[in-house]
Amino acid sequence: MDFNDTTEEAAYRAQVRAWLDKNAIRKENARDIAPPKDLDELIAQSKAWQAKKADAGYACITWPKEWGGGGGTTINNVIYGQEESKYAVPGGIFAIGLGMCIPTVMAWGSDEAKQRFVGPAVRGDEIWCQLFSEPAGGSDVAGLRTRAEKDGDEWVINGQKVWTSGAHFCDYGILLTRTDPNVPKHKGLTMFWIDMKDPAVEVRPIKQMSGGAEFNEVFFTNLRVKDSQRLGNPGDGWKVALTTLMNERLAVGGSQGNADTDDLIELARETDIAGEPAIRHGGVRERIADWYVQAQGLKFTRFRTLTALSRGETPGPESSISKIVAAKKMQDLGSFGMDLQDMGGVIRDRKLSPAEGAYTEQWIGAAGYRIAGGTDEILRNIVAERVLGLPGEIRVDKDLPFNQAPKGK
Amino acid sequence: MRLFERDKGDIMNFDFSDDQKMLKEQVRKFLADKCPMSVTRRVLDGDEPYAKEVWKGLVEMGLTGTAIPEEFGGLGLGALELCVIAEELGRAAAPVPFSSSIYLAAEAIKLFGTQKQKQAWLPKLASGEIVGALAVSEGTHTAHPRNIETKFAGGKVSGVKQPVTDGGAADVAIVAVNTGGSGEQTISLAIVDLKAGGISAEPVRTIDPSREHVTLAFKDAPAEILGGKQGEGWSQLSRVLDGAAVLFAFEQVGGAEAALEMARDYALERYAFGRQIGSYQAIKHKLADMYVKKELAKSNAYFGAMMLNDEGAELTEAASASRIAGSDAYVFAAQENIQTHGGIGYTWESDCQFHYRRAKLLALTIGAPIQWKEKLVSRLEAKNAA
Repeated sequence: MDFNDTTEEAAYRAQVRAWLDKNAIRKENARDIAPPKDLDELIAQSKAWQAKKADAGYACITWPKEWGGGGGTTINNVIYGQEESKYAVPGGIFAIGLGMCIPTVMAWGSDEAKQRFVGPAVRGDEIWCQLFSEPAGGSDVAGLRTRAEKDGDEWVINGQKVWTSGAHFCDYGILLTRTDPNVPKHKGLTMFWIDMKDPAVEVRPIKQMSGGAEFNEVFFTNLRVKDSQRLGNPGDGWKVALTTLMNERLAVGGSQGNADTDDLIELARETDIAGEPAIRHGGVRERIADWYVQAQGLKFTRFRTLTALSRGETPGPESSISKIVAAKKMQDLGSFGMDLQDMGGVIRDRKLSPAEGAYTEQWIGAAGYRIAGGTDEILRNIVAERVLGLPGEIRVDKDLPFNQAPKGK
Repeated sequence: MRLFERDKGDIMNFDFSDDQKMLKEQVRKFLADKCPMSVTRRVLDGDEPYAKEVWKGLVEMGLTGTAIPEEFGGLGLGALELCVIAEELGRAAAPVPFSSSIYLAAEAIKLFGTQKQKQAWLPKLASGEIVGALAVSEGTHTAHPRNIETKFAGGKVSGVKQPVTDGGAADVAIVAVNTGGSGEQTISLAIVDLKAGGISAEPVRTIDPSREHVTLAFKDAPAEILGGKQGEGWSQLSRVLDGAAVLFAFEQVGGAEAALEMARDYALERYAFGRQIGSYQAIKHKLADMYVKKELAKSNAYFGAMMLNDEGAELTEAASASRIAGSDAYVFAAQENIQTHGGIGYTWESDCQFHYRRAKLLALTIGAPIQWKEKLVSRLEAKNAA
């Protein structure tokens, strides 16, 4: 057991570092992020950075070179991710497109679609979003109602999506629709790629509880798409969607920006309980210990997964625990950091608050993080069913035609 | 056996080697065959201090000598082999004195004994010919340099240790004693030959009678200081307990996994309201939580193993985290296993009780989690200030 690179890995790491040193600015600490820019500037910078990476072979490292990727290994990708996280570079806006949408196009799209879209996406020239969730289908995505009806060589789409990250700046999207309401819900779905700039697509940002607006409602009013935009056969949309969901990238970054136990120790030194430094208080010490142990547990669980990957083995199911633990810890640690500030904990100002306001921001953000990408409850179901082999949920609508299944308003 | 060889291309070598996994499998098969829960039940119900035939089998496999150097009759392997053995002993809730004899007594002598002391005791501990124990606790409070009353003077120990795991069966004990002076320097560790006289052992009733516990009373019992130098006992003990914390954590991970599997199997076979109880989210989520805690414990224990094997700079933090997560995982799994079983889980005939008892026993034996949390945070505080 050791954490050292092999000779080959060390050489790759050195090469990555040298390139990053030349092309980016190293962060002084984990929370050292560039101040918020306006969206246009963020997109422009992100695109420029992505193009630079693509030229150097660091965009989509594991993809074949013929598609514009780096032709590297999973481990190359992990090493690059570890190194890049130490630099102040724009990131994030391509994650869904390159992590989920384009792999779906590559798996199910026509040759023409692949030729047209993969290259520009890798270079960051075009940005993609994923249009699955609906007001009537969150955790139960297959309960979606957006209709696509065949009309000659085209499909006409009407309906609404929700929680669509980045829809307000995306160029294209993959859209899951219902094409046959007369069969049970998983069987009547079909996937398309669509042009987000089509006038029949209306994007309305959703203002979040945190004040930010990272995701949207998207409305379709008689959106016409060609049959050649279909990904997979009609009725196979659920199978196609599973490709998308399984392509979620292995997260390597951890939760940068959030306060950790080191921050909490510092805060507990500076704050008091009953006139004594809070760090002397048993309740504070016990919580610090518990969160440290959780953080270490998550870190070393990730190392176990990486070890399997690096050996070319399929990782065990242990990585499924990570978001269940991380989201709740983020919320609880944020909340406790606020408690230590007593009434001052209500202040939400980067300049006035300890750890650049990390406690309040993560307390607010965690309420969403516990839901996004699989709620705590759905994730526990997944562990229970896929890891422990317990029975699936009873689905009363499973065998009913979708248009006869019970629905809320 | 050179362990943890790295294949070319591994970025991360955070796993046990194939040889270690094979050893684990051997121990698992042996215990599944020779140490089913009926054996744990027999020891719990009867008067024998431990399951002698299981102990004999473990000895014959060479497991007691695993981490003892070859010059003292052992196999000269490392801590990682002990870790995989521990996980399987934990899974079986085995009623044997392995932890007392090997993780505690043998490790203490190996780490801090003089050459002569090692020669005197390690070969016999390695061969399983004798059993060792650790005697620190003096009643219902945390042992501390301020309150350890057992005295050592003129080569003799007097005082009372309670409870001592395996103290009746043991032939030798490492005993925390007061040798005078101030602060931590008052404490030394003494090696006491328990068969040499001046000692009486009275059984103590505990929560887990599948492991023997006694009150050991020493009256001018002949002894010598571990390593020969007085006043170093407290820091020696701390190091011994760090190592034991990692090994106990592997037992806890094994036990937690066994309790989770029992609960899962029962949830699949038991029907209520026309459905398997494992189809209800209240049960599914409970079992998912058991799994989450078990995996957090396992990952922490892996790092503990690595630090212990390398005698790494972060051993204390890693050991504390292993201990805290391991205790949490096993205690939770054992108690929720009973809950999943419902009334039948609370009966004497059910095997659920063995994990419930053992989980709490392991969580308390080398210091309760709250003590380890304090040890951990003190370290983190010091590092943070640096």
